[in-house]
Amino acid sequence: MEKIVFYILALLMIVFAIASVTSRKMLRSVVYLLFVLIGIAGIYFLIDYNFLAAIQLTIYAGGIIVLVIFSVLLVHHIEMELELAKISKQILTGVLCLFGLGVFLATIYSYDFKVVENYKTTTVADIGSGLLSYDRGGFILPFEVISILLLAAMIGAIIIGKGDKLTQKDETI
Amino acid sequence: MIAGISIYEILTLTSILFFIGIYGFITRKNLISILISIELILNASAINFVVINKYLYPEVLQGVFFSIFIIAVAAAETALAVAIIINLYRQISSVEVKDTEIMKY
Repeated sequence: MEKIVFYILALLMIVFAIASVTSRKMLRSVVYLLFVLIGIAGIYFLIDYNFLAAIQLTIYAGGIIVLVIFSVLLVHHIEMELELAKISKQILTGVLCLFGLGVFLATIYSYDFKVVENYKTTTVADIGSGLLSYDRGGFILPFEVISILLLAAMIGAIIIGKGDKLTQKDETI
Repeated sequence: MIAGISIYEILTLTSILFFIGIYGFITRKNLISILISIELILNASAINFVVINKYLYPEVLQGVFFSIFIIAVAAAETALAVAIIINLYRQISSVEVKDTEIMKY
């Protein structure tokens, strides 16, 4: 049963990812990306990391996609078709990507992974105490750094977003 | 771990997603499309962290933490990129890569 679900998810994700990078309508491309991200959340559910799946759904599907859709609607005319790269460039890139994929797969399949059989569920309490622990293997410092990073990104986005007015003010001074 | 699915199949899936992202990153000529391709690449690597954590080292949680950090950095990056794109559109009325030459202050 889980096998069938995984194959369906994988097929959907690959099809929608290809559609997302080749579609000529901007908004459709973003919506295809949304399906890929939901499929990734499904993979997280399948390997029993429910918290990560919830984060994926809220931040990616709820936050980033909405942000990108807003910027598409503000920036593009909705009927506009994107210009494509030259056919020769597309074919060359496709061949290079297939070659790189071949190298990746050859490396992965030639390595012998020591898989440990386990079916235990990770609870949110485990993740929280791991993130906030001071001991060996604790992640308190990166956690604080990431909060500073989010604050800096927020301030930076505000300043860049209204950059025009700020520069005008500078000229009057 | 997923019953009946080996680690090789999931790593194959993430490699395919990663290279689809690379393909889009190189062939697209629009800043927002490039942002979408970057999201694909970041997500593929986040799944890799989680899967290797679950299949090979189930007693620790490092892969989950790294994937949380990847998601946070991706969110910050997207917010900044959208701010830059909108500001750029105000100044040159275009988001094509070939028109973008005024980012030097």
